[in-house]
This record gives sequence, structure tokens and C-alpha cells, in this order.
Amino acid sequence: MLNRLTDTIIVAGHYGSGKTNLSLNLALRLRNEGKPVTLCDLDVVNPYFRTADFRPMAEEKGIHLIVPTFAGSNLDVPALTGELDARLGKGDCVIIDVGGDDDGAYALGRYAPKILQRPYTMLFVVNFFRYLTRTPEEAAPYLADIEAASRLSFTHIVNNSNLAGQTTRQDVEESIRKAKELSRLTGKPLLFTAVREDLAPSLPREDIFPVGVYVKTLWQE
Amino acid sequence: MAERILMKGNEAIAEAAIRAGCRHFFGYPITPQTEVSAYMAKRMPKVGGCFLQAESEIAAINMVVGAAAAGVRAMTSSSSPGISLKTEGISYLIGCDLPCVILNIQRGGPGLGGIQPSQADYNQATKAPGHGDAHILVFAPATVQEMVTCIFDMFDLAEKYRMPAMLLGDGLLGQMMEPVEFPDIQITPTEKPWATCGHQNKRKHNIANSLYLQPDQLEQKNRERFQRYAQIQATETRAESFETEDCDVLVVAYGASSRIARSAVMTARAQGLKAGLLRPITLWPFPKEELRKAAQTAKNVLVVEMSMGQMVEDVKLALEFSKPIHFLGHTGGVVPTPAEVLNQLKTIAGGAAQ
Repeated sequence: MLNRLTDTIIVAGHYGSGKTNLSLNLALRLRNEGKPVTLCDLDVVNPYFRTADFRPMAEEKGIHLIVPTFAGSNLDVPALTGELDARLGKGDCVIIDVGGDDDGAYALGRYAPKILQRPYTMLFVVNFFRYLTRTPEEAAPYLADIEAASRLSFTHIVNNSNLAGQTTRQDVEESIRKAKELSRLTGKPLLFTAVREDLAPSLPREDIFPVGVYVKTLWQE
Repeated sequence: MAERILMKGNEAIAEAAIRAGCRHFFGYPITPQTEVSAYMAKRMPKVGGCFLQAESEIAAINMVVGAAAAGVRAMTSSSSPGISLKTEGISYLIGCDLPCVILNIQRGGPGLGGIQPSQADYNQATKAPGHGDAHILVFAPATVQEMVTCIFDMFDLAEKYRMPAMLLGDGLLGQMMEPVEFPDIQITPTEKPWATCGHQNKRKHNIANSLYLQPDQLEQKNRERFQRYAQIQATETRAESFETEDCDVLVVAYGASSRIARSAVMTARAQGLKAGLLRPITLWPFPKEELRKAAQTAKNVLVVEMSMGQMVEDVKLALEFSKPIHFLGHTGGVVPTPAEVLNQLKTIAGGAAQ
């Protein structure tokens, strides 16, 4: 399923749907396949739990990071660097981790003219356990709002439904039904369902993407 | 069982307030609590409530004064520098005996400080939430789920004692996501014969007032209020004890720091070190009795905070300086790690054995 991805991969969706953790996992997987990978944190909304927190891991794996100048600092200034412009279309696999909702997607719109010059993949990340997107009908308007704000179109849906450590196999199976309904409602194909690594073996399906949980609090082992 | 959903701390607080019957929210954005306002802006109109983004923190707290005086469940939220701006209004709420819920999702200070998590407003919340002889109820939940249950209780207790209740959180708790369930509780509005909601020519008019022309009247009012405070200190303290029955070292920590401390205590126990944790859930009233009980077998006590040690004095006073009380903390937005706490526990235990 990852062979359907283009060099430009945009990860967007509702606030708190798990975009940063999914972006990290995609970056690690593509890097393991030997591709040159750039991971860009375009989140101008969220103050904590950011891509910038994973610099040591990214550097160790040889993933190039582009992060807002003041990310993780005490300054509440969402300043983006000019580097994303320079990296797009240079042969790297560029993963863009966008801020939540249409609020976060406006920053992406700034890069739309350049992104539109070549094929791109835009993933709508959805977690049906999030309070405001519990049904396909509730999630669909977020997809439309983000497209309008970013001036780009989603190419796929990624089902990232989880209840953190409490997710069960049953929860995932139920969420896949909802993801398929969302796909029907919006006309966007479901690319895969992201599932915590330890849970993935209990779901022997082709459309499962096992993910490590990197975005977590200090007291979580 | 109620449905489990995944929520940010800030979102869960806002939803809990709505479910607890709050229909009047006045706010002003500030990181790391902005999601409370953003959530209220989306949800309040759908439940027939009022979300109002005020022109400043001072305006927002004074809108709470008005709404609370009218007898409705009102709430405002902010983070450290914004709470400082609200303190005048908080004092007026206390002086008028008005119930409300105030949220402080703390960030680094003093001054503008920073946006990273902190617990450095402990003294402000528990000792001087405003000028004058005054206290407010201060709750310090440690999980997203506990924030939900606290919000329900805080609205009830604020009305029962006719005083403001503050939820003292920190940026970590506000920003982190955890699964939550909302209790299925039917809210019964408290009778408020004091509310300034229109007398319809059927009763004498009510006044929400904190100005007393005669000093002895004001003193009398303050003394009455302190009788209420004494009753609260006797009956409303809350704390959680974890592995304290036989502990040699007792950790005292609240909020996000208690999550870090708990993780260190569990590792210490696995390595044969008898550590325990006392987690205050109410910071005012401070759970003195609970702390004394938890510290019974402890030879040493370690306080862990994201501040320069503002809770240490309360721990010392509660334990009447009966044993060594150590401190481990970070401030300015730096968060202690479980490994750091574990190392400190080992150092203390090693020193005690010698």
C-alpha cells in the first residue's frame, strides 16, 4: 500500500487525530526502505508534543527535519522556515505534518502552488474515538474544510482510530467499518488502518499499517 | 458503561463543564489552555449556552462575577499570567460569596514566562488567590478522567460553600490526550435565594456586594467566611495514597508531577526500595491528615514539583518538621523525569541506611 505514495506526502486531519505520530512512522518506514526522507513540521496550532521533540531519533535514522524556528521553546510564535520551499521537488520523499483542522491547513495553503506542480499524496487522518469525529458524518466536514483552507485535495483516508493504550482489536474492527463509510461518503479511498504494533498481529489483514507510539508523555514507558 | 472517547485535557474540561450545567463561559485565549475557549466556542452555541471571548482576562472574570451573581453556573479559564490579571475579580467573587469555576492551566513564570508546563502558581492559588482574607477551593487532578470528575464536583462544592473553585492544572495535563468517559449525571440546580435574578416584586431585592461601610460589619463577614473555611478544611480534603502502608520514603506530588513520581515509585518498588506516593487532589484545603497517615512509616519525605518548591512548606507544616523533607523540582517549563525521581529516591534511601 505504501507504493501508492508519491514523493510529496501531506498528513492532515482533525486536531488530535494522530498526525504527528503517523508522520513519524511513515518517515521511519520510508527511510528503512532506503529513501532520502525529509519530515516537515508545519503545525502552527499545537504547542506541545511536536515533531521537533524527536530530533535525536530522526538524526540517528538519517531523517532530515524541518521544524518551526521556535518549536518546543518558550516562545509562542509559529514561525516557519523557508526550507520547505527549497526541499519540495528535489527528489527527497517529503512528509508534511500539518496542524489540525482548517486552522492548521491555512499554513499548508501557502505551499499549494508549489505542491500542485507535481503529483502529491494527501492523507486525511481520522480517529473515530475523538469526541468531535465519532461518526463518518461528523468527520466528513473536517475533510472538506481542510481542502478549502489548503487549496489542495485529499487523495486518501487513513484510519488512525485509537484509544491510546486502551485500544482493543474490536475497537479497530469497528473503526474500519466507519472508515469505509467515510470513504463512501467522500469518494476518497481508504489507504490503510494504522494499528499499534503490539495489536497488529491480531488483525491479519492486508490494509493494516503497524505503528510505534512515539508521541507520548514522560511517564509512559 | 459510558462510551470511551479520546480527548485532550483542555477539551475534556470544557465538555465536563457543559455537562455539569455550565452555560456561561467567558474567556480569553492563552497557551496552553486555548483549546478550552476553542472548544467552548464550537459547543456552547449547540447547547444553547453563551460563549463570549472577552476583550481581556479582566473583562472575562468580571463577566463571571455578573453571571455568578445572577445564579447561573459560570466559568472562565486562563493560564498563569492571565490568572494574575483575574485576581482582582476573584477577590470580588470571594467578597460577594459567589460560586464559579476558574481554570488555571499553568505555564512557566514569573512575568510572561513561557508556554511550557509548570506548577509555579501553587502559592498564588492556595495562599493569595486575590487580596484580603480569602480562600478558594483548589483542585489538582492528575488524569484527563479525573479532570472530568473534579469539574462536576467543583461546580457543586462552589455552590454549596458559595465560593470560587479553581482547577489548578498544568500545560501537560491540558495538552495530553487520554481516554475518558463522562458520567451520566442528572444535574439538579441548587436553590439560590441570594441570586440577583429579578425579585418580581415578590421578595426584597438581592445585592451582590463586597463593600462594607462599617469595619466591624466587614470583620464579622470575614469571620463568618472563615468559619466556613474551617468546616471545609475538616470535611473536604482529598488525596490518593499509593503504596504508602509500609513505605520508607514517601513522595508527595500532585498533577502531572504525581504521574512522573508514580512511575518512579513503581520502578523503585520493583527494585526492592519501599517507596510510596501521597497525591494531594485538593491543594486548598491541603490534605494534612492524609499526609500524616501516609508518612507514618516513612523515614524521609521527597516533594516533587514543577516549581522551586512551593508546596514544601505545607508538607513541613503538616508533618510538623518530624522528619527530613527533601525536594526535587524543575521550573520555567522544564519537566522532571521518572529516572531523576528514582535516582533521588535511591540517594535518599542510601543516605538513610547509613
